[in-house]
Amino acid sequence: MSEIRHHIPDDLLAAYAGGNLSYAFSMVVAAHVSMCVECRAQLSSHETVGGALLDDGDTPSISQAMRQSVFARLDEPVPVPQSPRRMGVFPGPVAQALGYEDPHWRRIGGSVRQTLLHRSDKDSVRLLYIPAGQAVPDHGHNGLELTLVLQGAFSDETGQFGVGDVEVADDSLEHTPVASPGTPCICLAATDARLRFNAVVPRLLQPVLGI
Amino acid sequence: MLNAATSIQDRPRPPASDPVGASPGMSQVSEQTQWMLLVRDARDKQAFARLFDHFAPRLKGMLMRGGLQAGLAEEVVQDTMLSVWHKAHLFDPHRAQVSGWVYQIARNRQIDVLRKERRPVPEELKGDDVQEDDALQIIALEQQTSRLRAALAQLSPEQRVLVEQAYLGDLSHSELQGLTGLPLGTIKSRIRLGLKRLRRELQNKQTT
Ligand SMILES: [Zn+2]
Repeated sequence: MSEIRHHIPDDLLAAYAGGNLSYAFSMVVAAHVSMCVECRAQLSSHETVGGALLDDGDTPSISQAMRQSVFARLDEPVPVPQSPRRMGVFPGPVAQALGYEDPHWRRIGGSVRQTLLHRSDKDSVRLLYIPAGQAVPDHGHNGLELTLVLQGAFSDETGQFGVGDVEVADDSLEHTPVASPGTPCICLAATDARLRFNAVVPRLLQPVLGI
Repeated sequence: MLNAATSIQDRPRPPASDPVGASPGMSQVSEQTQWMLLVRDARDKQAFARLFDHFAPRLKGMLMRGGLQAGLAEEVVQDTMLSVWHKAHLFDPHRAQVSGWVYQIARNRQIDVLRKERRPVPEELKGDDVQEDDALQIIALEQQTSRLRAALAQLSPEQRVLVEQAYLGDLSHSELQGLTGLPLGTIKSRIRLGLKRLRRELQNKQTT
């Protein structure tokens, strides 16, 4: 696998660890982390922060009945839900969302095809299939868009993206991704209308924190 | 269906009779890690009881703060602690602290319950190449974590509130309006705890 150059931004990893991302963005983060050692390590760092805060947290009392019921159930054979498994080019969390079946592709313009995995009024996540050399049809989005390459590569005004790379685009970016020649490009693309990068607060804190 | 019993059989471990003594220096790793290793390798219920008594109240506190009522919070505590017992074979002290590992299990479960959807989670790393526990590496990770804790303790009250909101905050609205205000810079250098070493550790385990 070629070197991954475009990673999940750290604040998105922190938001995922804290449970503050939509389903659509969580899917992209979980898929990328399944492919990227660096972001997996970074995510476990955030989980370590969560754990440290948990250790320091409140300690309300626990019912003895619940405690007893846990200990009574230790020897019961409990089916542990299987963790997600990769299927072909699809990382585990994507394969799981597909029910471990091949995607049902639908044409969305030209010969580009998509499979919708989830859509709500605020977020959506889909697979895109872009034949080599073809452009993704115009796709305006509100808020942030994350695009993770699963097969092939694409390029747009901002650069080239290969397998494992994530493009983070906000709604100010007018871009026309074009699949690179050779292999058809398969991407996982998610939008979240509520999320925007707002650099103001971090910038305010920079002098204080000495970043 | 995978069950805990078969998956443990699949994965050879150092002798279960004295797992904590398996590697020199293991007596110096933290109590929490020792308890967890006893649970993982010896299915030790007393060690599990210690973990339970430490984490169950804290988990309940986090879950209630995160938007669950007391009764539901206890149900999630119960599920989480049963997962700690049944998924113990997945715990790897070279790349996770017990508290971080428990945190992540509880957060996943909490989101499943609150949003009534299955939270997308990464693939687990393949555990075929289990090595013996290396006390020095485990202690190194614990020292990094102590520095992280020290950094957290130095936050101003305002920063502390922001950090706690980010990691322990209310998930019942899930209306994060933007990625703002998280004073990650303060803890950024510490947060990269052992990143290089972690990455090496993970690369060894990567399947492809
Ligand atoms: Zn990455």
